[in-house]
Amino acid sequence: MAADIALLGRSAAQRQRAGSIGDAIFGALTFFFALLVLLILGGVIVALVEGAIPALRTFGFSFVFTEVWNPVTEKFGALAPIYGTLVTSAIAMLVGIPVAFGVAVFITEICPLWLKRPLATMIELLAAIPSIIYGIWGLFVFAPFVQQYIQPAIIDSLGQIPGIGALFAGPPLGIGVLTAGFILAIMVLPFISSIMRDVFETVPAILKESAYALGSTKGEVVWHIVLPFTRTGVVGGIMLGLGRALGETMAVTFVIGNAHRISASILQPGTTISASLANEFTEAVGDLYLSSLIALGFILFVITFIVLAIAKLMLLRLQRRAGG
Amino acid sequence: MDMYARRRIVNGLVMALSVIATAFGLLWLVLVLWTLLENGIAAITPALFSQMTPPPGSAGGLLNAIFGSVVMTLIATLIGTPTGILAGTFLAEYSRGSRFGEVVRFINDILLSAPSIIVGLFVYEIVVVPMGHFSAWAGAVALAIIVIPVVVRTTEDMLNLVPNALREAAAALGSPKWKVIVMVSYRAAIQGMVTGVMLAVARIAGETAPLLFTALNNQFWSTDLNAPMANLPVVIFQFAMSPYADWQVLAWGGALLITITVLFLNIGARMLASWSTFKP
Repeated sequence: MAADIALLGRSAAQRQRAGSIGDAIFGALTFFFALLVLLILGGVIVALVEGAIPALRTFGFSFVFTEVWNPVTEKFGALAPIYGTLVTSAIAMLVGIPVAFGVAVFITEICPLWLKRPLATMIELLAAIPSIIYGIWGLFVFAPFVQQYIQPAIIDSLGQIPGIGALFAGPPLGIGVLTAGFILAIMVLPFISSIMRDVFETVPAILKESAYALGSTKGEVVWHIVLPFTRTGVVGGIMLGLGRALGETMAVTFVIGNAHRISASILQPGTTISASLANEFTEAVGDLYLSSLIALGFILFVITFIVLAIAKLMLLRLQRRAGG
Repeated sequence: MDMYARRRIVNGLVMALSVIATAFGLLWLVLVLWTLLENGIAAITPALFSQMTPPPGSAGGLLNAIFGSVVMTLIATLIGTPTGILAGTFLAEYSRGSRFGEVVRFINDILLSAPSIIVGLFVYEIVVVPMGHFSAWAGAVALAIIVIPVVVRTTEDMLNLVPNALREAAAALGSPKWKVIVMVSYRAAIQGMVTGVMLAVARIAGETAPLLFTALNNQFWSTDLNAPMANLPVVIFQFAMSPYADWQVLAWGGALLITITVLFLNIGARMLASWSTFKP
């Protein structure tokens, strides 16, 4: 205020100059902080690469294809965590996508107007619950339940089929790859369904109305009109959920069992990149051990970056079309 | 007629499946909240808020962890909010159509969903290693990096909702651009921007992964920001994974505290957003 009053005494030209100096400062300030966002990402890449160099130099490219993880002999390979990350995320997608699709269809097409907002909010609250809460719940409540009821049933039915039975073999432990994947599915469900909901809302009413006028049922409108129209957005939402699933740490760490090996059976314990980091990083002794863990982190970063970039590009494409 | 009946049956099936999917989704929300209440209520005692984290086998509370979480969340918000608001302002007010703006927006959206454990690794490399030890500062910086993209995104979105006529009116009165932004755009978008900050705080309140290798943990009361500091998420992780029953009870108590905080922040943010002048 004081500055404003002082300005009143000056000429219009002086005031204009003061304004343009203020403009230059403020503009530069906002530009600097926007640049900072880029610098953070650049910094992440540089820091991870630098930290990973000793491990990559020692093990070379075979780091990615080696299953051994032995801190005593200092032999490290990333295959088991990479495998665990991909398999848990695949299970999460298999379970999560159909459910998310169902939720999005229900909210956009079926549910009465007054229920829309509260329902959407409740599903989104699933995403608000911190991952450590899913972890503690998974360990104490869900894993024992799976051990007692679900796994015995799977072992007795699917486990007996020759061939694919190996996928479902072994003692019911409760914790393991399947349990981790399932909890991931619950966690990514709100992300996928809220994107699907958003893109479903962009379908012009006239398209849907035309289909209804031709006698289509609701299911047919969703399948033949809404889905084709929003295909890129739906894939974008799925990729976004996948990005989340790949990097999810705490919930998985609690229930996956943290075994550095690849088991044929998805009922057995395994590990993921993020779970290995969470469990071992602060206890890692020796530069090579630490560097191998950072190299794991770098691999995770590259995978999620690619997946998220694809997600973003697909959503942008839909947005451009909807905008223009 | 036969085909008509078949189409109706298929439709009924699709509708039923989507209702079941929704019920299935909500079921987990109810189940998780229910178990939290069931196991956590017993742990919510005055001791939880007045005593330090105990060694196994003795009584105690979570006071040092609650304090640490509040301090680090506060510092992270203080660092992340101005940074995020200014960067978001650049995207909404200065960069329309520019290549640089598009790149920043793209990278910001990737940071928004990037795994938080990677942020922990990054801060370990740039803060913990040079300092030579774990510290509350490092934890706060890691959380701030998670706050920034959330605030950037909501600030930009909210500023984009402000009608251009308002900016033009202010500019026509002779105000310089920075004044238009601070006194018109910000004022018009303030509720939405506060919503963004609240959502960011809710996001970091329960973040565990980035604190594991930055703030670490501390069994004792500490107000030294240059030393490891206790915090709720890491204490919950350590206590829940332990075989000691009394530690597990405390973990449930902490979990309930965090969840209540996060849910209130989220619902509060949504209510604030629904009162804002310009709605998305």
